[in-house]
Amino acid sequence: MEAIKLHYDVSGNDFTCAGEASGKIKRELKGLGFPNDIVRNVAIAVYEGEINMVIHAGGGVIDVEITPECISLDLIDEGPGIPDVSLAMKEGFSTAPENVRQLGFGAGMGLPNIKKYTDEMIIDTEVGVGTTIHLKVYIK
Amino acid sequence: MTVKNLSEKLNFKFLCNEQEAENREINGCYCGDLLSWVMSRAKEDNIWLTVMGNVNSIGVAVLTDVACIVLTENAPLDDNAKEKATENGVIILTTDKTSYEVASEFSKL
Repeated sequence: MEAIKLHYDVSGNDFTCAGEASGKIKRELKGLGFPNDIVRNVAIAVYEGEINMVIHAGGGVIDVEITPECISLDLIDEGPGIPDVSLAMKEGFSTAPENVRQLGFGAGMGLPNIKKYTDEMIIDTEVGVGTTIHLKVYIK
Repeated sequence: MTVKNLSEKLNFKFLCNEQEAENREINGCYCGDLLSWVMSRAKEDNIWLTVMGNVNSIGVAVLTDVACIVLTENAPLDDNAKEKATENGVIILTTDKTSYEVASEFSKL
């Protein structure tokens, strides 16, 4: 099977649109017959990525490559970058503003959840330039 | 037990997708308002008790495949959330009870 490539734009500062890419990816993976736990894990990781893009980066893009063995995702934004990645990876650490917390976000679970639900996570980030998160979920 | 049975036993009112409730099975319950927390812990076919009636709650319900959202303490459901729930077949119920009261009653069913 040739790899399936998908691309999604995430608009910035619009919480009503957050979840669209993850919803579409979920439907796509379900349609391709991937197991439910894989579909759920990928969808949660992407949703967290989308929310981060909306809260911190003014949007971004998501590139997906699907093969029978692996689902690879690149979450790319041109936001402010992450000054201290190890701190950002700690459960409970959040820099989300108050208005975002009132919506039920900003629990400091975003990046930890992404790590939890994927097999590989590499964060390329540069302050003032942006962040790209490379993810892989292997089909066992 | 289905969502319909649950609504009858605990006297909930439907806000969205009542027609789906008869065939939607329930296997447990999760309470929480922090969406990332809920997303990583609520299980498929759980009922989800929350006071968050915004559009992102619907996104979380879709991703986690919970059986329904129960808005406790008469928490409001935003118009755009209702629209998104209708589109995505997410069942939403409402009650004046607290999440604690609902969870407590649910555990006795």
